[in-house]
Amino acid sequence: MTDIQPDETVDARGAACPGPLMDLIGAIRSAESGDVVRLLSDTDGSLTDVPEWAEEAGNELLSVEELDDHHAFYVEKT
Amino acid sequence: MTDHIVVLGGGTGGTVLANDLADRLEPELDADDVRVTLVNDDPEHVYKPVWLYVPFGQREPADGRRPLDELVDDAVDLRIGRVTGIDTDSQRLRFRGANPAVDYDYLVVATGSTLEPDRVPGLADGGHDYYSESGASALREELLSFTEGELVLSVVGTPHMCPAAPLEFVFMADDWFRQRGLRDDVDITYTYPIQRVHGNPHIAEWAKPIMDERVIEVETFFNAESVDPDAETVTSMEGTEVDYDLLVTIPPHGGVDLVADAGLGDDGWVDVDKHTLEAEAADNVYALGDTADTGVPNAGSVAHYQAGVVGQRLASEVRGRPATATYDGKTLCFIETGMDAASFVEFDYERPPSPAPPSEKLHWSKLAYNESYWLTARGLL
Repeated sequence: MTDIQPDETVDARGAACPGPLMDLIGAIRSAESGDVVRLLSDTDGSLTDVPEWAEEAGNELLSVEELDDHHAFYVEKT
Repeated sequence: MTDHIVVLGGGTGGTVLANDLADRLEPELDADDVRVTLVNDDPEHVYKPVWLYVPFGQREPADGRRPLDELVDDAVDLRIGRVTGIDTDSQRLRFRGANPAVDYDYLVVATGSTLEPDRVPGLADGGHDYYSESGASALREELLSFTEGELVLSVVGTPHMCPAAPLEFVFMADDWFRQRGLRDDVDITYTYPIQRVHGNPHIAEWAKPIMDERVIEVETFFNAESVDPDAETVTSMEGTEVDYDLLVTIPPHGGVDLVADAGLGDDGWVDVDKHTLEAEAADNVYALGDTADTGVPNAGSVAHYQAGVVGQRLASEVRGRPATATYDGKTLCFIETGMDAASFVEFDYERPPSPAPPSEKLHWSKLAYNESYWLTARGLL
């Protein structure tokens, strides 16, 4: 369990790919630099989508938590 | 007691549903056991797929409009007015002005998508679109006089109406300029927010080789952050800058504020059970089409099929029977691959799409369906 405190949580559980990534991008778009967004997703595609986009956009993927039936991605806007 | 079913929104989903109910519940309507009201803020019904053809001079915006009262069964009460509030506790709709409120026993929210270009600085000034009548008409003027330079098609936000339409536009533009002998002087670039050219990986995998073969440049992971109309550039959140001479965008979409205000879901999309289409946050409320947050494409075919499911479920409820009809995610799309060829996909929650080989026959099938759409709206096809 991470102790990172997110500034915003986006719950995209139940959404099909690429919905969770687009929800994350939307949250990062309106976030301030340094804010941490936590994305909850139960789509396996997010395990590749999210790290690829974070690297491409220059944001930092701080942590990926594996929970019971979904993952939590912590992304900091640079 | 008379059950009152109110359908909010006279687009494809709402209109098909109203006519479906008029047919399905004819005995109950005749006996005054049920009333069906369709509410829309415009007396005309708009068929948006026509707009794709307007910039290429093939259709007129008026081709996509018909008066709602000519499409809707006489057994349906048609009410033209702007709803300003949904109270799901008292099951009541409030209207703008002095119009009296309307109580419902069952409500179907089919308010659809709206364009929100102002969410990206410079987009409204610098970009054209074919997702509105005015946008398609203005783009036609630009495209007809465009003979050289950089044509950029940028998908700015998803979800958006008709997910195939951005691919269709660049395929059609490529063919259109080739046929006119201008393609060597026109560069076409397509940008998309994620790492492939379409949200559905199967359609993306099919489309990318065609784009490569047709020399359509692709920028993926491109989320437009701002447009500079003076410099004619688009800058992405990922730090990429694209130059344009003519910018065509799919603007960000949103639903209507009513939905969030009523606590039915965020951003104008109603949280629903994706099989029953029942709202999660309120009783006796359904949503369909773009408004229902199911994860399937925002497409007319989806609204059409969902209307059939909601119609069956409402008929069961009115008759005091268990509602068993469910939506399986069925989606049909024709995809234009040029001015004289198209592909076709059919898929659902379980079966992924497998695009058909492009053919002239499928292109004419698409145009034929667009003409016969008015039978769909009337509930006949």
